[in-house]
Amino acid sequence: MGSKTYKVTSPVMGTFYRASAPGEKPLVEVGQKVNASDVVCMIESMKIFTELRADQAGIVKKLLVEDEEPVMKNQELIEIEIG
Amino acid sequence: MTLDKLLIANRGEIAVRIIRACKEMGIKTVAVFSDVDVDALHVKYADEAVNIGPALSRKSYLNIDSIIQAATGKKVDAVHPGYGFLSENADFAKACVDNNLIFIGPSAECIAAAGNKSAARKTLMALGISIIPGSDDIISSPEEAFEVAADVGYPVILKASGGGGGRGMRIAHDKEELADALAVASGEARAAFGNPDLYLEKYIERPRHIEIQILGDHFGNYVYLGERECSIQLRYQKLIEESPSPFVDDVLRNKLGETAIRVARSIGYSNAGTMEFLVDKNKNFYFMEVNARVQVEHPVTELVTGIDIVQQQILLAQGEKLTIKQDEIRLNGWSMECRINAADPANNFMPSPGEIKNLILPAGPGVRVDTHIFNHYEISPFYDSLIGKLVVWAENRQMAIKRMQRALSEFRLEGIKSTIPFHQRVFQDEDFIKGDIDTHFLEKWADQG
Repeated sequence: MGSKTYKVTSPVMGTFYRASAPGEKPLVEVGQKVNASDVVCMIESMKIFTELRADQAGIVKKLLVEDEEPVMKNQELIEIEIG
Repeated sequence: MTLDKLLIANRGEIAVRIIRACKEMGIKTVAVFSDVDVDALHVKYADEAVNIGPALSRKSYLNIDSIIQAATGKKVDAVHPGYGFLSENADFAKACVDNNLIFIGPSAECIAAAGNKSAARKTLMALGISIIPGSDDIISSPEEAFEVAADVGYPVILKASGGGGGRGMRIAHDKEELADALAVASGEARAAFGNPDLYLEKYIERPRHIEIQILGDHFGNYVYLGERECSIQLRYQKLIEESPSPFVDDVLRNKLGETAIRVARSIGYSNAGTMEFLVDKNKNFYFMEVNARVQVEHPVTELVTGIDIVQQQILLAQGEKLTIKQDEIRLNGWSMECRINAADPANNFMPSPGEIKNLILPAGPGVRVDTHIFNHYEISPFYDSLIGKLVVWAENRQMAIKRMQRALSEFRLEGIKSTIPFHQRVFQDEDFIKGDIDTHFLEKWADQG
């Protein structure tokens, strides 16, 4: 296992959502493999939803914020281990 | 009856607008607010205020129980829902009536009929009113969406059944895009309106968005207050509105107005409402939807007709007969509105919450600013990006454009990004100045980057 990781960050102040809609299952879980450009979480700011995508393929290592938690611009949200 | 006290079930500029109407009518006001809105202008301006919960809308401004509790606790006579939030929620209108509160708007049954766009389509088709081909009902599965789309032909547009204001709308040019759009649009619709239902229709290219403001009383009397041209839109969010429309002549105005009233009558509509139409270049028009509430852009109609729409809403809801006659309504001069949003036009209109600094609002002849912001006001990311409306009136369109250019140049706003630079650009655009616009107007800029 390589140890190189990167973090998905929020482009805007808003609310972090793990699912694409309320009641849906989370887009990713810890340990899940993601491909580059997979949607990994949503940010809602001012009623606008933005899908955040993985930059590179890898394994979700850590969720850094709770579902529905307010987040700041550039805040780190999800840690992904490249590979 | 005459109202003594009214609760405003909303926030932002529209809450302030409603409080202003009430003050002029001698009605006491109760504001409601979430935890992050403690210092909001509507809270300061109202006679009383009640905290209705946490920042997230569904825990506060969409929380029917908390709002009804606030209303009954403060012994108000009536509730004004504003726009957005619970304004087109039939359950909320019913909850008001069940608690002996006058709901400032159409009846719960009528909201249900108007807001349920699939049922409204059926009613209108039966009346022979021209509508855009699409799903007769809510889309129940992706397979059904693909079938209807193949039937009416791509491109197609997905719309939120409970919606309005462009939320939850997505266009798809092919099956693959439609599959993606279905998931995202449903999520947006649920978050914004608590209702994930979508319907689908054929997407008419290069149309104008023209809407008719109506008023109706409880006795079946209606008038229409002319049209509003709302073709300058981004992602189905209106950004600039005007009245009259540079495209609408007396013949088309009468046809649209009479159709709007027929639609209203067919669903027993009362109070202020807006009937939205798409109008193609040959002046064929298609009815789109009823907005069963006061609209963001109502001021442009107020400025050309001299009629205070919010005060009319209150009078009509308390059971008064419509005193305005159709043949007395004149569209005098020209009015234009720019929506000032906390969004960055240089970065794809990315939301831009933050603290307002160095604010100077435009003023002077023919300028009206409806806003809730002030210096050091913190715009939170929890609500709509609309932070104000800059509205001008002048004798004709050309002078209104000059006046808007002047007012925009006076506007100072720092600390956040706003749509002011965007509006300055539109108001210099040759096609816009000529009135040569459609709902795709902004796409040519997107292409230029």
